[in-house]
Amino acid sequence: MSTLTDPPKEQFRLSMLLYDTRYRSGTIQVIAMFGFMLLAAWLINNTLSNLAALGKPIDFGFFSEPAGYDINQRLLEYTSRDSHLRAALMGLLNTLVVAFLGCITATILGVIIGVLRLSSNWLVARLMAVYVELFRNVPVLLWIVFVMAILIETLPAPRAFRGENPEATMSLADSVAVTNRGVYIPEPLFSRSLGDAHLFGESSLRFDVSLDLMAILVVLGLSLFASIKIRQRADRIQEATGDRPATWHVRTAVVVVPMAILLAVLGFYLGYPELKGFNFKGGTHLRNSLIALWLALSLYTAAFIAEIVRAGIMAISKGQTEAAEALGLRSNKIMSLVVLPQALRVIIPPLISNYLNLTKNSSLAIAVGYMDITGTLGGITMNQTGRELECVLLLMLVYLAISLTISGIMNWYNEAVKLKER
Amino acid sequence: MSDIGFVRTEMLPEQDPPASEVGIIGWARHNLFSSWFNSILTIASFTAVYFVLAAIVPWILSPTWDGTSLSNCRETLAAAGHGDAHGACWGVIKERWVQLIFGFYPSHLYWRPVAAFVLLGAALAPVLFSDRVPSKMLIFSALYPFIFPWLLWGGTIWMPIAALAGFVIGGLVYKFAAEALSTLLGVILGVAAALVWWMLLAAPVSGALDSILPIGIEAVESRKFGGFMLSVTIGVVAIACSLPIGIVLALGRQSDLLIVKYICVGFIEFIRGVPLITLLFVASTLLNIFMPPGTNFDIILRVLIMVTLFASAYMAEVIRGGLAALPRGQYEGADSLGLNYWQAQRLIIMPQALKISIPGIVSTFIGVFKDTTLVSIIGLLDPLGLSNAIRADANWNGIVWELYGFIALLFFVFCFSMSRYSMYLERKLQTGHR
Repeated sequence: MSTLTDPPKEQFRLSMLLYDTRYRSGTIQVIAMFGFMLLAAWLINNTLSNLAALGKPIDFGFFSEPAGYDINQRLLEYTSRDSHLRAALMGLLNTLVVAFLGCITATILGVIIGVLRLSSNWLVARLMAVYVELFRNVPVLLWIVFVMAILIETLPAPRAFRGENPEATMSLADSVAVTNRGVYIPEPLFSRSLGDAHLFGESSLRFDVSLDLMAILVVLGLSLFASIKIRQRADRIQEATGDRPATWHVRTAVVVVPMAILLAVLGFYLGYPELKGFNFKGGTHLRNSLIALWLALSLYTAAFIAEIVRAGIMAISKGQTEAAEALGLRSNKIMSLVVLPQALRVIIPPLISNYLNLTKNSSLAIAVGYMDITGTLGGITMNQTGRELECVLLLMLVYLAISLTISGIMNWYNEAVKLKER
Repeated sequence: MSDIGFVRTEMLPEQDPPASEVGIIGWARHNLFSSWFNSILTIASFTAVYFVLAAIVPWILSPTWDGTSLSNCRETLAAAGHGDAHGACWGVIKERWVQLIFGFYPSHLYWRPVAAFVLLGAALAPVLFSDRVPSKMLIFSALYPFIFPWLLWGGTIWMPIAALAGFVIGGLVYKFAAEALSTLLGVILGVAAALVWWMLLAAPVSGALDSILPIGIEAVESRKFGGFMLSVTIGVVAIACSLPIGIVLALGRQSDLLIVKYICVGFIEFIRGVPLITLLFVASTLLNIFMPPGTNFDIILRVLIMVTLFASAYMAEVIRGGLAALPRGQYEGADSLGLNYWQAQRLIIMPQALKISIPGIVSTFIGVFKDTTLVSIIGLLDPLGLSNAIRADANWNGIVWELYGFIALLFFVFCFSMSRYSMYLERKLQTGHR
């Protein structure tokens, strides 16, 4: 005999879309979505009608046309008869090269400077502070053109190396020539080379892989694997018995001997740069544009990384250092075994964003004429073909993909080294 | 009993600490030569500093302040006995520093940018030094965004007034609609009214007012802008405009509304994932294509739009950091007082979150300000672009270090003082709660 009645059924009224918090968020989202679509449609419509008026509808066909310009610093084989697509690929590889080299040197420099800035040595700490402030507070573009100017203005021209009593001489036992056209370093050559593997046939993406390099990498990988296995065995013995067998000589031999045998089999020798006429021939030529960009980006980013490292080290409580001292560790052991591993967790997230910044700043290559993706796809290709929309959008997508990949990899690494809390 | 031979009955006078522990020697022993490694570092640093200074100081101290061309400088240097013509040619700085700062801005109007930047200081004072400046000054700060472009670009005074009127109209519409209908409808109607005013009515109304009552100052074209003034203008405008956009984006990214959230996240991550130079390419080649046919912004305005979008993505992340740093209790406290979302944001959350993020905002500003040098790549005459133009002059062909040094010094002074201010703020804010 229940007398309970259902609560009065609420009638849905249109005004509830505005006044009822249950529905209002939906209304706002629909309006936002509508506004966004409207904006996008307006932009696309404008773009299409403008492009139609200009007589160049969106078309990526220009990629297969011959590029017609040369790329002086490149990793793969390329001639000016190759397509724009291959030119863009060369540019992309150049971007990745300078970003990779820059990240490595910036990290090494940054860690050294960050640690030295905390040094008890008054003079060194002050000098490092001056370095950090000097590099952080001047635009990176200025540093890039500045380093380029230093390389061009102060280094000797190749002709200074000529004659009986040359004004300039090659350094490192006549193997490296530092000139104002770039640095010539010895190149590795093989007299009994295995040749190259040609991938992707004759297409724009063709890719020659040196089998010698592959062989070296495979042997190196196997040696390192064996070396790690030996170390793990030593760890197990140490845990079981308390005595650690001396393994360094075995581990060195496992790495060095197979490599030496392989190099001997391949007939490894170094090709030295030589002065022929007015320029150097042979060896690997690192152009000034690459060196200036690499150096400037490294020095600039190192200043930021140094501050991150310093903040990370200072975030570790003093008790950790004191405890390590109480255990009798020396100061370099304290740094490498106690402080840095903990500081790493504070350091890595901002480090990732600095790697991203360095990669994005490498687009300033265009200021010194290094042909990265901005210089090829966003520079000469865009100017030659007049396809601004396609080139700039593709350029943005490439950088976006690089950024997302780097941040994805580094975030994965960050997860791996994060303190596991249970 | 008395087999103790000697007992001292009076205290010995205090002795000075050993000479090796005090004064300069003691300080050096502790701070420079505390171990063999430190000693090596110290000696190496001294040597390095000596060589750097030995190379730079004679170069700087060169008597060429009155040089009229590079060859003239070289003659002066040779006459003064500087071997190898090793010395700076400061004549170029003396002749061109005004140009490096003002670009090609008409010289009889230099007072306008100067006044604009002095007033900028006055407008920022109540924000930056809130404890020393009366808060009534904030009214001037609110008006300043309309005074600044008028002073720089000149033209009729009715244009900034019409722009200001858009805000007033939007605000009034919001006020009445919010009372009569609902807050949400009020916001929508207010924004719509302001947009209609700016898009359709502002230009004819200000034109009509100008023909009735022509008050104005001499107009200056954008392409006359250059030098350090251009950098500061781009930096200031980008940061000022990016602050409100950044707040909206940060709130959008934090919000529960999925569609709004994903639009904001997509925008922020896209902008942060691409280099500024590609956005400047968009400004120089594509922005006119995106607009209705026939629209033609001038290049500086296009650059300002893109740099603002760039800065607002970074600003959004800074403000999101400030929002995340607020203790959860602040949000819950606002809820328990019965405040709605916007009241809570306006009265509780934003004042604290913005205060926390001021150092981040300042460093974003430093970053954007440094990045303004990139506009030289798309052909604008910022200091770096001007240095190339100066080198194209036959008199100064071959000048490198003086110009780069001067530009670097300007940027350094500006950015360094900003970062010091940011550190001062951080210290000041740290003593507060939390």
